[in-house]
Amino acid sequence: MAGKPKLYYFNGRGRMESIRWLLAAAGVEFEEEFLETREQYEKLLQDGALLFQQVPMVEIDGMKMVQTRAILSYVAGKYNLYGKDLKERAMIDMYVEGTRDLMDVIRVHHKLSPKEKEKNLALIEEKATTRYLPVYEKVLDDHGQDFLVGNQLTWADIQLIEAILMAEEKVSTILSRFPLLQVFKARISNIPTIKKFLQPGSQRKPPPDEKLVVTANRVFNRK
Amino acid sequence: MAGKPKLYYFNGRGKTESIRWLLAAAGVEFEEEFLETREQYEKLLQDGYLLFQQVPLVEIDRMKMVQTRAILSYIAAKYNLYGKDLKERAMIDMYVEGTTDLMGLIIVCPFLSAENKEKQHAVIIQKATNRYFPVYEKVLRDHGQDILVGNQFSWADVHLLEAILMVEEKKSSVLSEFPLLQAFKARISDIPTVKKFLEPGSQKKPVPDDEYTETVKRVLQMNF
Repeated sequence: MAGKPKLYYFNGRGRMESIRWLLAAAGVEFEEEFLETREQYEKLLQDGALLFQQVPMVEIDGMKMVQTRAILSYVAGKYNLYGKDLKERAMIDMYVEGTRDLMDVIRVHHKLSPKEKEKNLALIEEKATTRYLPVYEKVLDDHGQDFLVGNQLTWADIQLIEAILMAEEKVSTILSRFPLLQVFKARISNIPTIKKFLQPGSQRKPPPDEKLVVTANRVFNRK
Repeated sequence: MAGKPKLYYFNGRGKTESIRWLLAAAGVEFEEEFLETREQYEKLLQDGYLLFQQVPLVEIDRMKMVQTRAILSYIAAKYNLYGKDLKERAMIDMYVEGTTDLMGLIIVCPFLSAENKEKQHAVIIQKATNRYFPVYEKVLRDHGQDILVGNQFSWADVHLLEAILMVEEKKSSVLSEFPLLQAFKARISDIPTVKKFLEPGSQKKPVPDDEYTETVKRVLQMNF
């Protein structure tokens, strides 16, 4: 049996954060190696560790996995967070694609100029409150259950709470018109593994800042 | 048992083409409704068909599925094109994400200005020959088989063939340094369901033209 999964990425959220969330929610301990220098990245390339020359990369079960979605799907499948059958899987896949699209808008925010940031905040609020959050509110309303799919915790719930918290960091009142999502957020936050991840000292990363941009540019030789 | 899957999209490739490829390769007949007017799109919205207000939409097994990857994963699993276990699935997912990234560079082309199209063209060829094709060439070499994963034809193979053909439309000699990919292309193209899809008269869509681009912009009210 292989050791703990090992994550290779910057010391920041980026595309790896969803993977940290999912492993943490599943109660899986993991190690991390943080990219800080160009040399580290080049060594990974030379060692053939990065299939498409990109991170995230996760060593798990004897594989060097890349591509965020592939990694997340594997972790969800392995730790029973992917529903009980093909149709539940389909629902989960649809919901996580939605939350990912929302998080993509937020993820780039810190890289923008102040003027672009202003527009992006408006876009985040618009997309969250008119396209994405209403969908999840309705899902919960329609079936009256505590979780999005199949009456049990799945990857869809974990990614939704991640997205909600990210959106709230930008627009603190974003859940004001979504009472069921407020209850959902409180309930999911209280699940022991997730509660632990939300506490200080966990491997959850803070919101990105300038320093992360500088590190990424240095590692990837970008201007 | 529900009827044939039904695809709602523009009459062109876009993000739906990979879905057409996969259904066709699986030997599954499907119907299509083409979006031509803003009114059609607004009706789909009003009827609550589009979960996130976007297409592609595929009606399949009584679900109204959206999100291309979700749809593709469902079809792959349903028609046994997703490997035999979790690890083969993981390999297929990784390979498909790579070809999705490559094809993603091409899908945006019709919407770029002439100047940016030319730049993008160069990026596509560069990424194909330096980042993506070498990976799949090596997989085939290491694996010693005509297919990418395990012992049977999978979604990864269909998706790679689609990507190869799309890049070749940009530069016909792009596989010149990849002999195993050339053999792969020939072999996969010869699989009966795939061969049929590659023949004239199938539901495979042609290279996007101005009419396609104008339709998309009109229906989605995109301002470029």
